[in-house]
Amino acid sequence: MNFALLFEQLLNGLQFGVTLFLMAAGLTLVFGIMNFINLAHGSLYMVGAYLTLAAAKWTGSYLAGVALGLAGTLVVGMIVEVVALRALYNRDHLDQVLTTFGLILFFNELVAILWGRAALFASVPPFLSGHIELFTGSTYPLYRAVIIAVGLLVAVLLWYVVTRTRLGMLIRAGATNRTMVAALGVNIRLLYTLVFGFGAALAGLAGLMAGPIYNVQPGMGELILIQVLVVIVIGGIGSIRGALVGALIVGLVDTLGRSYLRPLLGTMISPTAGDSAGPALASMLIFLLMAVVLALRPAGLFPPRG
Amino acid sequence: MFSGRALLWIVAVAVLIALPPAVVALGQPFYIDLVRRIMILAIAAASLNLILGYGGLVSFGHAAYLAVGAYAVGILGFYGFTSGWLHLAVAVAASALVALAIGAVSIRTSGIYFIMITLAFSQMLFYLGISIEEFGGDDGMRIKTPSRFPLVDLADPVVFYYVALVLMLLSVFLVFRIVNSRFGMALRAAKSNEARTRAIGFSPYPYRLAAFVIAGAMCGLAGMLYANHTRYITPDLASWQQSGDLMFMVILGGMASTAGPVLGTFALLLVEELLKGWTQHWQVILGPLLVLSVIFFRRGLAGIFYKPDA
Repeated sequence: MNFALLFEQLLNGLQFGVTLFLMAAGLTLVFGIMNFINLAHGSLYMVGAYLTLAAAKWTGSYLAGVALGLAGTLVVGMIVEVVALRALYNRDHLDQVLTTFGLILFFNELVAILWGRAALFASVPPFLSGHIELFTGSTYPLYRAVIIAVGLLVAVLLWYVVTRTRLGMLIRAGATNRTMVAALGVNIRLLYTLVFGFGAALAGLAGLMAGPIYNVQPGMGELILIQVLVVIVIGGIGSIRGALVGALIVGLVDTLGRSYLRPLLGTMISPTAGDSAGPALASMLIFLLMAVVLALRPAGLFPPRG
Repeated sequence: MFSGRALLWIVAVAVLIALPPAVVALGQPFYIDLVRRIMILAIAAASLNLILGYGGLVSFGHAAYLAVGAYAVGILGFYGFTSGWLHLAVAVAASALVALAIGAVSIRTSGIYFIMITLAFSQMLFYLGISIEEFGGDDGMRIKTPSRFPLVDLADPVVFYYVALVLMLLSVFLVFRIVNSRFGMALRAAKSNEARTRAIGFSPYPYRLAAFVIAGAMCGLAGMLYANHTRYITPDLASWQQSGDLMFMVILGGMASTAGPVLGTFALLLVEELLKGWTQHWQVILGPLLVLSVIFFRRGLAGIFYKPDA
């Protein structure tokens, strides 16, 4: 086995994992605090990618594009929360699923109207292109390495904000008992809107970073959304720690499964079995993993306390 | 002589019976195809209503059985088997088996986890369909010959229309009978209060699982008909958008009502057709319409005609 290749695939898995984490963090926060399941989270990922692309083209600068894209997704998220989702916090999950499903149709079509249905090409900015040398004879794309760094940085920041600041304290208190927090004079509605907006911005960040790696096209959010749902279910819905662990597990399992399952089955059973069953099994792997986790621990690996 | 509700049913069925000759006379045979498709999907919606509306099991992966039923026709046809009875038996049995496997794991969970795990299982089947190149993979597969039944020719659009109509009415009637039986009472009791249901000696699990399997089998029947209708099947049949559409049909029509799924399917697909004729970006209008209907129109269409059971 080629260890340089294995190492590169591990890093790819890590990179996919932190992308999943950025999505999962917002989704699980919103679920943990507002008991709200937001399927349109994938649409915010898509909005982030498109807004950044458009803003970078308009300003001529990648960094300005990123800043505008993030701010734009934050605003879009807060508008969606105020206009449509606020009315649904006390409804059952079925209504929430249906409403956000309707929002997905809307956003996908809106993006198709504004930018067309064809996939757009997002390029890696010049200062992030190129490779870094990991150890002699093995290089890794700088851009992917930056994604890993940004993802881990956000994870640390998020941990700090939630556990060490006043805002985080309010968020945790709001998750435990919203009525009590409101009675103590905290504007809980504003808090919810803010949390939703920041969750949206994190999804936008994931989307804009994924742009140059995957395709930027209408519907791009749904593919990753399903994987993110697997992540938060494995991690335990509502737990940020669970989201991080779940995201890394899913990222690694999915990436390694796609690259190694086919040769593995090929050598273990027969080359034809590897060729026909390998890709099928690889794309089903994370769902099998989720089924096993749920069968053993029905509330995920890290069920939130309370 | 008849109650208001029975009268509505009679009028609706009479309209559906009279529709093919009427639209042929008007020179618009396209509507036979449209309504047939609606009636086939109404069978799927009625099956979902059994578990979602009456059983309280929010399955977000019901389209999986639609795909299993459709692929039963496709795969059997691929190997040269064209007997309609065989297609029917395999489609129903296969989707019942898949539902048994999915249900056995999923029903142990509840709430949001149930929604997610059913979604995950249907996605698994979706990816399975995409990655098996032999049966068309991503591109789907063409159904060369329809299911062959003695006496009944499904290739004749009008004959197939009446077959779909009869099967839709039978499905709705079957769900009606099931939920009003002892079995159905236990299922509905478990939905409204699980603790009390256990206290009077019913364990909800076997009832839910049985309902889940029945619904899966019924949806498999719809899938088998759907394959014969479109003559072209793709893994998209198992996509989560399709599952979401089925859920909307049930909700729009009114959960836990006999006629709800049929009304909902007609409403959703007719509005879709109307918007499609108007603009290619119809989803940008349909999406917000659906959002509004969930927020403000809780009872569904059946709620207009009568009060649904609690």
